[in-house]
Amino acid sequence: MKLLKGKWSNITVPVLSVALGLLVGGIIMLVSGYNPLVAYAALFNGIFSNSYVLGETIRQMTPLILSGLAVAFAFRTGLFNIGVEGQLLVGWLASVYVGLQFDGLSPIVHIPLAVLAAAVAGAMWAFVPGFLKAKYHVHEVITTIMMNYVALHVVNAIIRTYLLAPGERTDQINQSASLQSSFLQTITDFSRLHYGFVVAIIGAIIMWFLLWKTTTGYELRSVGFNKYASEYAGINVQRNIILSMVISGAFAGAAGAMEGLGTYGYMTVMADFTGVGFDGIAVALLGANSAFGVVLASALFGGLKIGALNMQSVAQVPTQLVEIVIAMIIFFVASSYLIHWISNRVNKRGKI
Amino acid sequence: MDFMQILQLVIPAAIFSAAPLIFTALGGVFSERSGVVNIGLEGLMLMGAFTGALFTILGEQWGMGAASPWFSLIVAIIVGMLFSLLHAVASISFKADQVVSGVALNFLAAGLAIFLVKKIFDAGQTPIIQERIYKTDVPLLSDIPFIGPLFFSSAYYTSYIAIALAFVVWWILFKTPFGLRLRSVGEHPMAADTMGINVTKMRYVAVMLSGGFAGLGGAVYATSIAGNFSHATISGQGFMALAAMIFGKWHPLGAMGAALFFGLAQSLSITGQQIPGLKEIPEVYLLISPYVLTILALAGLVGRADAPKAIGQPYEKGKR
Repeated sequence: MKLLKGKWSNITVPVLSVALGLLVGGIIMLVSGYNPLVAYAALFNGIFSNSYVLGETIRQMTPLILSGLAVAFAFRTGLFNIGVEGQLLVGWLASVYVGLQFDGLSPIVHIPLAVLAAAVAGAMWAFVPGFLKAKYHVHEVITTIMMNYVALHVVNAIIRTYLLAPGERTDQINQSASLQSSFLQTITDFSRLHYGFVVAIIGAIIMWFLLWKTTTGYELRSVGFNKYASEYAGINVQRNIILSMVISGAFAGAAGAMEGLGTYGYMTVMADFTGVGFDGIAVALLGANSAFGVVLASALFGGLKIGALNMQSVAQVPTQLVEIVIAMIIFFVASSYLIHWISNRVNKRGKI
Repeated sequence: MDFMQILQLVIPAAIFSAAPLIFTALGGVFSERSGVVNIGLEGLMLMGAFTGALFTILGEQWGMGAASPWFSLIVAIIVGMLFSLLHAVASISFKADQVVSGVALNFLAAGLAIFLVKKIFDAGQTPIIQERIYKTDVPLLSDIPFIGPLFFSSAYYTSYIAIALAFVVWWILFKTPFGLRLRSVGEHPMAADTMGINVTKMRYVAVMLSGGFAGLGGAVYATSIAGNFSHATISGQGFMALAAMIFGKWHPLGAMGAALFFGLAQSLSITGQQIPGLKEIPEVYLLISPYVLTILALAGLVGRADAPKAIGQPYEKGKR
């Protein structure tokens, strides 16, 4: 039981939670008359069996990594950014807008410009809750949720008013802003894999560097541990709260750019949220708010979502089973108190 | 179009679309007043809507006729209460972060409801229900001039139940010992514990009440507004109810007022096209108004909204 104490618990709690989550999923399948072994085998094959699904899994991971980083970054400063979804939407729109402009620009300039625009848009959207939290002590959870819906309606209105093309969507962005690559598509049997994963990995490295190698990161983490002590030590808490939300929003906006410049190349009028932002919460939790953990957790969740398609076609299990499994994983990670409590119990008995 | 006609168009529509929000917001009041954040209202409403549609269809098959939707409402309350137990166990007993647990509840509800719909109906949505809760003119009251046509004609009984319940909840929370205990647990759990109030039990009861109310809200939505259940049936109503609760300053009557107001904004965004003067205002302003107003209320620009003191904190005995 040494594994559940200290630094090991960062690894064992998520692993145990995933195992328990899959177990609950298996029980649900058993109860509703499916064969869990067949289903999970199909799920596994649906992630790894060929280059196409592997390409799709990496594509699915890409925005998840960035939205997970967004949630995790805010968590480090003690903030809960549920607004990733909205920040992602404004980022998506901004990236597509820049992608539609500047005909004939070199991709080396155009792509970074579009990603940057998305990050700035997301950052601005996250600034509002950050500012309200810092100045008026308004709980960021509520404001970010409200900002999500404002984003959804405003983005739709902007597309309808200014950017509408046939099919309730914008036009296709210029080729020079696109992250899509025929090379990547060819080697993965024509999956929708695009160069966005490079951006996502760079994002993870930026988060790690910012948090652990800079003074700013030190201050941000310090505020997350204890606001009052940080204040006492001369750290400007208000500034750091706003900064944390803004950086978090920038990651979220970049996640939107992955959809806008990579997977789709345009934006549609959204009837509902993408879900990527909410999944980011799950990713950050499972990844224990570390950059590396977020990448691993995105691989798991991205894989589960792509594998679910094969599971449905082979074992007829609805893809929603994966959502149930993910929800249970979050419950178990969040209830790590339970896991620690059990381990303590077992420990005591072991001693007697 | 004269003014009376406009009112007749807008007010019943507002009351109609507010009913599910009122139920759910009242549930939120219970939970949050006891100190437990309930972001899971959305998911609870979703399960309620699913149950509402499913059991109306079952009720029709079992020959319950026009009573089927009402039967489904009762089942939805029970399902909502049971489903909210997950949130209660995780956030009260296992001391999970209440927001995280609520988010997980939303995920679970979305996955589980559609999973079950696919399993039961072998399709992405339930069939359209036959026995809906229909509009009726309230006998006698609808004959009153002016007020009658506005408030008592072509209305749904569920709307009146919602408004009446708001007063009942107010009475329970502010005029009964139970309400006092519930609020004290949300303001200062340690003091409450010292006075012999079982904090854990009170919070469980409050969360389950919120589950019952939100389940009812969802089922009312499915049986009166939507008419069936699909993945798009509940998309944001739970969060809007949460907004109504906050805009109403965690007070049952305030929450009802806010829900009615949000209902008005929603109905204006739909019927606005028929009203002269409103045609020029882009729909988006009406759509975002509930959320913007809630943010402004929280920032203290539209009356200060303060949450219960102990909200979001798990209670640990003996911890200072």
